[in-house]
Amino acid sequence: MTAIEEREETSAFSDALAVLGAALGTILGLYLVAFSPDPVMKFHGALLGGTSVLGALYVLTQLTGNQTAAREFYHDGPIKFAAIASVFWGIAGFIVGDIIAWQMAFPWLNFDLPWTSFGRLRPLHTSAVIFAFGGNALIATSFYVVQRTSKARLFGRWSPWFVVIGYNLFIVIAGTGYILGVTQSKEYAEPEWYADLWLTVVWVAYLVVFAGTLMKRKEPHIYVANWFYLAFILTIAMLHIVNNLAVPVSFAGTKSYILFSGVQDAMTQWWYGHNAVGFFLTAGFLGMMYYFIPKRAERPVYSYRLSIVHFWSLIFLYIWAGPHHLHYTALPDWAQTLGATFSIMLWMPSWGGMINGLMTLSGAWDKLRTDPVIRMMVVSVAFYGMSTFEGPLMSLKAVNSLSHYTDWTIGHVHSGALGWVGMISFGALYCLFPWLWKRRGLYSMRLVEWHFWLSTIGILLYITAMWVSGILQGLMWRAYDELGFLKYSFVETVDAMHIPYIIRASGGLLFIIGALIMAYNLWRTVRSEVSVDAESQPLVAAAPALRSTLAAAE
Amino acid sequence: MLSKHGIFERHSWLLSIGILVVVAIGGLVEIVPLFYIKSTIEKVEGMRPYTPLELTGRDIYIREGCYVCHSQMIRSLRDEVERYGHYSLAAESMYDHPFQWGSKRTGPDLARVGGKYSNSWHLAHMTNPRSVVPESIMPGYPWLAERKLDPEEMAEKLKTLAIVGVPYSEEMIANAAADLEAQSNPEADGAEAVVQRYPKAVVGDFDGKPGEVTELDAMIAYLQMLGTLVDFTKYDAAGPNLR
Ligand code: HEM
Ligand code: HEM
Repeated sequence: MTAIEEREETSAFSDALAVLGAALGTILGLYLVAFSPDPVMKFHGALLGGTSVLGALYVLTQLTGNQTAAREFYHDGPIKFAAIASVFWGIAGFIVGDIIAWQMAFPWLNFDLPWTSFGRLRPLHTSAVIFAFGGNALIATSFYVVQRTSKARLFGRWSPWFVVIGYNLFIVIAGTGYILGVTQSKEYAEPEWYADLWLTVVWVAYLVVFAGTLMKRKEPHIYVANWFYLAFILTIAMLHIVNNLAVPVSFAGTKSYILFSGVQDAMTQWWYGHNAVGFFLTAGFLGMMYYFIPKRAERPVYSYRLSIVHFWSLIFLYIWAGPHHLHYTALPDWAQTLGATFSIMLWMPSWGGMINGLMTLSGAWDKLRTDPVIRMMVVSVAFYGMSTFEGPLMSLKAVNSLSHYTDWTIGHVHSGALGWVGMISFGALYCLFPWLWKRRGLYSMRLVEWHFWLSTIGILLYITAMWVSGILQGLMWRAYDELGFLKYSFVETVDAMHIPYIIRASGGLLFIIGALIMAYNLWRTVRSEVSVDAESQPLVAAAPALRSTLAAAE
Repeated sequence: MLSKHGIFERHSWLLSIGILVVVAIGGLVEIVPLFYIKSTIEKVEGMRPYTPLELTGRDIYIREGCYVCHSQMIRSLRDEVERYGHYSLAAESMYDHPFQWGSKRTGPDLARVGGKYSNSWHLAHMTNPRSVVPESIMPGYPWLAERKLDPEEMAEKLKTLAIVGVPYSEEMIANAAADLEAQSNPEADGAEAVVQRYPKAVVGDFDGKPGEVTELDAMIAYLQMLGTLVDFTKYDAAGPNLR
């Protein structure tokens, strides 16, 4: 067989598999629509069925034959999809975050309706920003990075598409579920059993595509960014499956009960929860840092040895740190002590990663001034350093006795989330859009500058307001009067939070405006060939294929 | 040493196995023992499974996301014990699938809220929190009083919980639907049987709508039993520390 014939045969096979899979999805969806007594399940069945039908139709229009037509070496369609999805969900998630922030200052904003109530919107916010915004950014960048650093096309013909569409279907099912009251109440693992099963299927496909591409690589060595992405994919699979073990009440209904209970469930949940931070929000985004900072700065990673040491120690230590979410609770003391100890140790590999990221710029510090995209990523790494210093501090039992249950935790979360996860993703998206759509650069660098300052000020407002309110709240809860009675009633501490809540929500608003500016800028980058300020953009802002001609022209 | 690392960089399957081994250890050491050691599995006198009405209330508590603002875990710190009552024991959440300890206290801890307020206070508070606590930022839940419960669902729920280890007896499962209605109706014939099957269960017309079992009945029944099962005047704190 010739190479072309062979390729046609495998692609005919993948087409058949794709149509078969879509047919199964359609049947299952129709079944749920027809037979589930639960309206939410009917709705989710319709979503699955509808997506499958559309998927099958699309595959059928793309059947073999036009395969022989020249195709690009890299498979970038799914990446473009995930990159756009990330921007879209990011903005949606930030807006919901700001709505709940205003609700905490002005409770009438709950409107006394189930679908707009804080308790349902808060999980919508956390899932939208972590899994929808962050997750799509991770899928997009990991698919981009693994192809470029392996010099290989993504493994599979339809599976990369299945991963991005399937993942976003999961997001929609999870998010609409929360609004309609379907949740299992485990933080960051709220989706019910059937959404969890669907995510498991998608995640396995993700692993297959990613690892399959690594197997096909033309480079002898696996690049460091890919170690982090791989650790992220594998560990999240493990955490997701164990933490979501549950028994559904009925096959066609949404409700289930979690397998574990009480202390065992709490420990499993925070083993999961802390490592959702450690592997989703950290390892994955470190992968992003290890590719986009060196690429954009045109410098090699600062230290190869440091990469190795901090990679293995980071992934080993993170897993142990969960119990710091359960200090002074009914979890046995030895487990709390282990959690605190490993959290302190975690400081070192965390800062190892920060140093490796920051020092990659050595010799190129002037780029901080000239390239706001680099500045964004570097500030992001600085926030990473800050929140991984604050985290170990908050893991000490004495500090945690004050900070736990208060806004201090919320401030810590958002210095990591807005500062680190948000800014590194923005930086990566600003790199990716011109590279993927083959543009000379971004539409406007000045708008990036605006985005940078708006979000930086927004983040600072957010976290300082939360330090003030968190520490105040913690101190008020434990204050005693001269007679030895508790000084404040609970509701007095609620009242004291009012002003910080307004400041936090205003900071959030700035952050949203920044993100909207980014969306506009990226949209113009896709739509128009020209930049308004091309001359102020470095050559690396251009798509790789254009750079040599551009350099020659100069 | 570091030069040996090349082997992981050249073989993706070795790298994957390496990662899996390294990330498996911490969880195994911290989670597995909790299923065996005394302090985390021992029973405390008074603990019993939820009544069907309480369980329904708990399911609504989860559905509405109350746990995002309220903890149910009193830490062993002086001010918390004075504010909320005896620190929470491991055994007190042994029938909680999943646990509801929470991580943020936008509102106060609820682990021992049972019996602290009257049913009518809860009724007013759930409908419009600011009618009883003017500074409160809690949302109102007026729709709970409008939604009627479906007793037919109960048996399946109890059966499922029995599968995951909650000791619901055949009798409890058989009477699940009847118990749901009886607990919210003090006049009902079955009310006594509910208390017999589930000691300390509070029977009452919680939502002030006689003859109707609503989501609000369930929610208040749940709130009124939280933290009331263990009798701390008899509990031997000097005994094995059941934390
Ligand atoms: C405009 C930006 C944002 C605003 C205004 C905002 C606002 C909020 C608010 C008001 C809460 C609830 C706090 C509470 O219950 O006391 C919250 C929780 C949370 N947010 Fe955000 N958020 C924003 C962006 C983000 C981003 C980008 C991420 C992650 C990538 C994120 C992750 C989280 C997490 C994980 C929680 C739960 C924290 C916990 O349970 O301790 N947020 N956010
Ligand atoms: C060395 C690294 C870190 C350590 C040791 C650490 C430690 C902690 C501690 C002690 C808490 C408070 C737990 C409690 O009292 O309930 C916490 C909460 C949290 N941290 Fe970190 N942290 C680290 C880095 C990060 C980073 C980089 C992020 C985000 C990207 C992050 C996100 C969160 C979130 C989302 C929570 C809230 C969990 C919840 O209660 O819902 N952490 N962390």
